[in-house]
Order: sequence, then C-alpha cells, then structure tokens
Amino acid sequence: MELIRLTPIDLALAALLVLALALLSLKLSLGIGQRLLIAALRTVVQLSLLGLVLKFLFVQSHPMLIAALALFMLVVAGYEVMARQQRRFIGAWGMGVGTLSMFISSFTVTLIALTVIVQAEPWYSVQYTIPLLGMLLGNTMSGIAIALDNLTQSAWQQQREIEGRLILGHTWEEAIRVIRRNALRSGLIPIINAMAAAGVVSLPGMMTGQILAGSPPFEAAKYQILIMLLIAAGTGFGASAAVWIGSRRLFDERERLRLDRLSPAKPE
Amino acid sequence: MANLVLKQFATPLLNPFNLELAPGECVTLSGPSGSGKSRLLRAIADLDPHDGEAWCGDTAQHSITAPAWRRRVGLLPAESAWWSDRVSDHFPKLDGEILERLDLPAETGDWQVNRLSSGERQRLALLRLLSNQPDVLLLDEPTANLDKANIDRAESIIAQWRKAHQTAVLWVTHDPEQQHRVGTSSLVIKHRQLVKSWS
Repeated sequence: MELIRLTPIDLALAALLVLALALLSLKLSLGIGQRLLIAALRTVVQLSLLGLVLKFLFVQSHPMLIAALALFMLVVAGYEVMARQQRRFIGAWGMGVGTLSMFISSFTVTLIALTVIVQAEPWYSVQYTIPLLGMLLGNTMSGIAIALDNLTQSAWQQQREIEGRLILGHTWEEAIRVIRRNALRSGLIPIINAMAAAGVVSLPGMMTGQILAGSPPFEAAKYQILIMLLIAAGTGFGASAAVWIGSRRLFDERERLRLDRLSPAKPE
Repeated sequence: MANLVLKQFATPLLNPFNLELAPGECVTLSGPSGSGKSRLLRAIADLDPHDGEAWCGDTAQHSITAPAWRRRVGLLPAESAWWSDRVSDHFPKLDGEILERLDLPAETGDWQVNRLSSGERQRLALLRLLSNQPDVLLLDEPTANLDKANIDRAESIIAQWRKAHQTAVLWVTHDPEQQHRVGTSSLVIKHRQLVKSWS
C-alpha cells in the first residue's frame, strides 16, 4: 500500500470546515469563534513545525538533539498542566509539581518501552522516541492536570473538614486521605474509559494513523495496545506522584493546612 | 492537669504578649469582630503560623508533633466539622452511657450527621474534643448558634469537665453575661493588644 500524500489544497478544504464553524459561532454569538480559530492556527503551525523538526532529526539524529526536543516537550506539558489549574501552587511549585510528576512517569515509562520492549537500534532512534514520548506526555498531562486540580479544589472547599480533623489531633495524611484518593481516581478515569472503549467505540488516533500510513492492521493494533498500557501506567504513576507531592505541599512542617500556598481561583 | 503559658506570643493581628492560664482557670476573651480572636486560638492550637512560644505544662509546643500538641490543647470552633455521614465515624469509640449523660439517645452514633440539630451537633463536637482528654480547652464562641436551653447545657458540660479535670479554658464570647457566668477572669483585644478586662 502506498501512502496518499496530502496536498495543501486538501488541508485548505478541511480548514474551510473550521472556518464555517467559526462563522456559525459568530452568527449564534457563541463567543468561541476567535478561540477556535487561534487553536486551529496553533495546530497548523505547531504540527508543521514538529514535522519539519522531526524531518531534520531523522537525518541528523544526534542524541543530544533528541534529548533537547524531549525536554522542550516536557516543559510545555508542565506549563499546560499549570495553566489548567483553577488554583495553582504559588511560585516554582506551580509548574514544578506537574513537570516533575510527568518527568518521573512519562520519561521512565518511555525509557522502559524503548530499551526493554521496542528495542530499536539505537534505542533512542527518533522514529520511536518522539512519538512514544509525545503520546505519553499528552495523555499523562491530562490525567495529572485533572488529579491536581481536583486535589487543590477539594482542599479549598473542604478546609473546615480538613482542619476539623487536624484540631482533633489527626495527622495531615489522615486529614487529606479521602480527598487524595478521590483526586487520584478522577485523574485515572479518562484513561480507564479510553481503554474500555478502545476499538469498540473509538478507533484510537495512533492506530488510525498507522493504518492510513499503510501498516498491517494487526501490527497497528499491537502498537496501540502497547501505547494504551503504557499510557495507563504513566498516567497512574504520574498522577500518584503529583497528588502525593501536591498534598504534601498543602501542609507545612507543623502539619497546618496552608491554603495560602495556592493562588486565588481563576475567574471563570 | 497543666497550665498554658504563652511567651512573646504574636499573631499577624496581635502584638507580642505574655499570658498564663492556671489549671482549672477559665478566662474569657472578647473584642471587636476581626480583631483576631479566632486567629489567636488557631495559633495557640498551632493551626496557623505565629511567633513566640507556647507551653502546656512542661511541654513546649515545638518539642512535640503538631497532632500531639493539638490533642493536649483542644480547639472547639464555632461551627464543628463533620467529614463522614455517620456520627460514630467521628469517634474512636462512642458508648451509650456517655451519650445519655449528654441528654442524647444511646443510638445517636448510628444517626446521620445531617439529621442533628445545632444543639446536638455542638454537644457531640464537645464530646469528641473531650475524648482526647485535653489539658487546655480553647473555645471559639461555642454557644453562638444555640438557644437558651442548649447554651445552659453546653456551659454546664464545660464547667463540670473543667472542675473535674482542672482544665485551663480560654473562652471567646461576646456576651457580657456569659463572661461573668463562666469566667474567672476576662481579657479583651484592643488595638492589637491583649488587655485585662476584669478578674
């Protein structure tokens, strides 16, 4: 099977559909047209750039360059996690909690996948590294953002209950246990749902891509299974790390609830 | 039994001061709203950052863990917190005999928290706090939301406990009559200072 190459005209036709949607939004005064167009523009620019960068890296596959791109992706994902928080941690912790958690989970899981499972030659081969890391970062990012947001929001709303336990002599871990558990659960639900619906309701993006590119469907399915399992592990460990670090940060060394370490809520 | 000693104690709303509460003493505290009464109680319970030192008997606040300190220096907030549905989930153990002494049915433990009246709620909150056997009690307007009968009940529970265990009590209240009813002396916050009102 030969890959049918897309022409700029093909993409322009798809863009027309989004443009039509923006016009509809204007007509119905949904107020979302501008954001839609900016996001669409970002998709075009960012993905084109990524395509160019990867094209360059395929030729010039120096490990340091791959590491630099991986680091860049991590920082952007860390920023994205922070931006999705209603109440983020003040100072370096705001970006630090999410970035560190993603580093721990996504990087470790990708590394295991590359060295133990895929075993490409060399293991850091850009064809595998960047797509795998990208899939993992993109998905753990959502899980971590949801879990962290749930943690800080619940702590804020349940200040009285948490402090009610502290004044009775409960430890900070006892006081936050239920909130922590719920936060972690909320971060894991999307990937659990995605795994349950995969192949029945939804045809996952990566498998679709491989099939379009001409891979045998069963090979594509195996890769998709690998990715799903890795994402589940990465999201779970990443969200656990984020919830653990975040909940610890909510209390100081005298086990006081320190909501002053969170920024005020973003206006809706 | 133990006394409560505060040395050069200061909160964001209060200048540094020294204070000692003897065992069995009940000192009331008043002051305009926003003058930092609750903040002071929270600081003594080590729930808010503060300056200065606090001692419970021979034990310095910083020498034991915060949970251990809070079990010895018990804070009762104006509105009690309930984090579980069933009453008994909030107690290590809850026997019917104690409940009946508080005019509560022996099966109160099986009740849903949201079924409780404000009077029952506050009595149970008191019982929950006292089951830690605190040496010092910090009460933040404990009867503010109660009717006359329930105020009398709460006052008598606290008074009995204080006399039986020689507990030092710091009691925030706006009501001048209550101050004289329950207190052995009285403090007031004026212009960031803690001053003696009467004794």
